[in-house]
Formats: sequence, C-alpha cells, structure tokens
Amino acid sequence: MSTVRKPSYLVDGIAQVGACGLFLLQILAAIPSSLRHIKETIRQVWFVGAMSLTIIMTCGLFVGMVLGLQLYYVLSIFGGTAALGTVVSLSLYRELGPVVTALLFAGRAGTSITAEIGLMRATDQISAMEMMAVDPLAYVVAPRFIAGVIAMPLLACVFNALGIFGAHLVGVSWLGLDNGTFWSNMTSSVDVWKDVINGVWKSVAFGAVCTLIATFQGYTTAPTSEGVAYATTRTVVFSSIATLALDFVMTAFLM
Amino acid sequence: MAQRQSFQIGTGLFILLGFAALAYLATQTTSVANFSQGDSYDLKARFTNVGQLKLRAPVKIAGVRIGSVANVVLEPDKLDALVTLSIDKRFSKIPDDSAAAVFTSGLLGDQYVAIQPGGSPDMFKNGDEVILTQSSMQLEELIGKYLVGSGDAAKNAGDKAAGADKDKPPAKP
Repeated sequence: MSTVRKPSYLVDGIAQVGACGLFLLQILAAIPSSLRHIKETIRQVWFVGAMSLTIIMTCGLFVGMVLGLQLYYVLSIFGGTAALGTVVSLSLYRELGPVVTALLFAGRAGTSITAEIGLMRATDQISAMEMMAVDPLAYVVAPRFIAGVIAMPLLACVFNALGIFGAHLVGVSWLGLDNGTFWSNMTSSVDVWKDVINGVWKSVAFGAVCTLIATFQGYTTAPTSEGVAYATTRTVVFSSIATLALDFVMTAFLM
Repeated sequence: MAQRQSFQIGTGLFILLGFAALAYLATQTTSVANFSQGDSYDLKARFTNVGQLKLRAPVKIAGVRIGSVANVVLEPDKLDALVTLSIDKRFSKIPDDSAAAVFTSGLLGDQYVAIQPGGSPDMFKNGDEVILTQSSMQLEELIGKYLVGSGDAAKNAGDKAAGADKDKPPAKP
C-alpha cells in the first residue's frame, strides 16, 4: 500500500468483492471444524438472535400497524378494504418482513459482530490465536456466520407474525373491518410455498450476506480504533445495499 | 455454569419462538387453513365451460362451503370439462337431482361451484354424476351477446360515427 499508486475506487471495490468471496469460501471450509465449538455457536445465536428479538418485535408491530392504516386508506378509495388482510400479509411475507429484518439485523447485530472481531484484530487477539494454532475462522468467524444464517429467518418470521398482529389490531379493532373478512381473504389468497417459504429463503440469503459482510469487515479492519469505526460504518452501509440489491435479484428470479 | 445455562435456555426459547411464528404463518394465514379436510366423498359434474375454476375452489350450497374442487380435466371424447367435487361427509344428504353451476363471487372475483338442491328423495352417493349443470358465465360472451343483440343499433351508431368523421373537415395541424 505504500507504493505510489493512483487510487482507483473501481479496482479497489472489485478487489474487496473478490476478497469477500474468498472469505466466504474460507468460512464454509471452516464450518466443519467449527462444529466442535457448538457452544460458541449457541452463544452467538443467543447474542445475534434472541437479543435482537425486542427491536424486531417492536418494529414488526409498528410496521404492521402502519401498513394497516395506509393500505386501509388506499383500499377504501377503491372500496376494497376487504382485501386489507391479503395485501398486508403478502407485502409482509414477500418483501417487508425479510428486508426490514435484514436492515435492522445489520444495525443491531452486524455492527456488534464487526466491532467485536475488529477489536480482536486491533488488540492482536486473532494473531495470538493463530500463533496458538487455533483457527480464528473456525473459532470466531464461523460460529457468528452460522448464527446469523439461523437467526435471520426466525427473526423474519417473528417480524411477520407481529406485523400481521399489528395490522389486525389497526384494521379490525380500531377501524372496524370485519374479523372474518380479514382472515378469510388472507387465507384464501396466501400460498404457503410461494409466499411464506419463499420469504424464508430470502431471509436465509440475507442472513448469510449480512453476517458475511459484518465478519469480513471486522476481520480485515485496519487495527486501529479509527479503523474499527470505519469498518463498523461500512458494515451497515454495505449490508443495506447488498440486502436491497439481492432482494431485487431474488424477487426477479425466484418469485 | 449458571450463566451458560441461562443463555442456552434463552437460545432454545428463541428458536422455538421462531419456529412457532413460522408454523403460525404457514398454517393460520395461508390456504392451508382452509384445507381442514375431514372424510369426504366425490361427485362428478360435466360443464361445457368452467371458466377460471381452479383446483381447491370452494363448493357451496346456499353460500356455505361444503367442499372443494378436487380435479378439473377435459374429457377427450366428449370435449367437455369433467370436474370432480370433493364434498364433506357431513353433507351427505344432497338430493340426486340437484344442479351444479359455476358462479363468480362478486363481479370479478374467484369462481366457485354452487349446488342448488333439488327435491328428489334419493341422495347423491360417492362417484355419482351431477346431471344438471350450468356453465360459467363469461363476461366477454355476455358483452358479445349484448352487442350482437343490439347489432343494428350498434352498427348504425358506428356508421354514424364514421360518417361524422368523414363529414368533419380535417383537423387543423
């Protein structure tokens, strides 16, 4: 890096993507040996998953309530408020649930993963592990990656359930939509595989991407406090961009 | 040790909650919820046109769901649609001169099979065929009939419009 070279953002960006891809392969290769540290994986599921429940549930409730209000208003223009349950559930399952969960996850869990691994790097803990022949990929990175992939779809399902509850609260209890109409329209037009399970696949992919970016940024951070700060910022920015871009691609090809 | 156990319990609860949410979404808010199929028996009905009738569309008497459409196939030699209706065993007292019709819920809604009960003392049994059927109303056909029925008027109106166009001086550029 000390050589005189004109900075090329494009080449640097491509190099980053390539390094990230290689890092993913390394993580996947390290997963079998990380299974020996299953307790660490469980602790990480608790940390990135269970500890994120509060924010996910609160946000899911409010997103559902806002969807209920807004869509009720729009549908009442066309006299179609009976379709409220259908529209809310489809938009939650197919788009909002996986995407908003991934964005919240990047902010809540991704940043802490980056900061933790980045500080390990900055304080030479990772070098120390390498010196003691402990593979840091298997002991530090892979458990967090597995935990992210497991936790994200579960969080998205909780988000969706709370969203439906919020929409029901607003639409039925507050705005006076008929309870039976709400549910029967929803059940007759939502499909398990096409809507619910496809959304789950989406959030599995988002979980992999978000935790990959978070661990990669932490692992390759500049070993200074400033470097950790930059890495944490980049985690949120890149995770959000990657989530939304991947969402478009998956929607275009899978749904 | 106590610390470790508490986070393990927390993780377990979290995973259970996640799967409970998934199970709730999959069973209570989707078409699976309508699929609580008990014992049922099959009826057959032929239609010259079933329109947009789909598998698992409801079968109703007096607007109440009593079963679902199990199969829709074209009969190769008669060239009409053979629809298999799967009716709940609880509704086994349907007279065998009842009529089946493909209706649309609302103006543009989903289609369903409505059964209008007849007055025969004998009841339908498994595998019986509903003889009296009425095909689905096609909106396009109705519009077509209306146009044909008032064909002359429409034609005159069209001619008049065309004539009016001809008579009109060309629009200024």
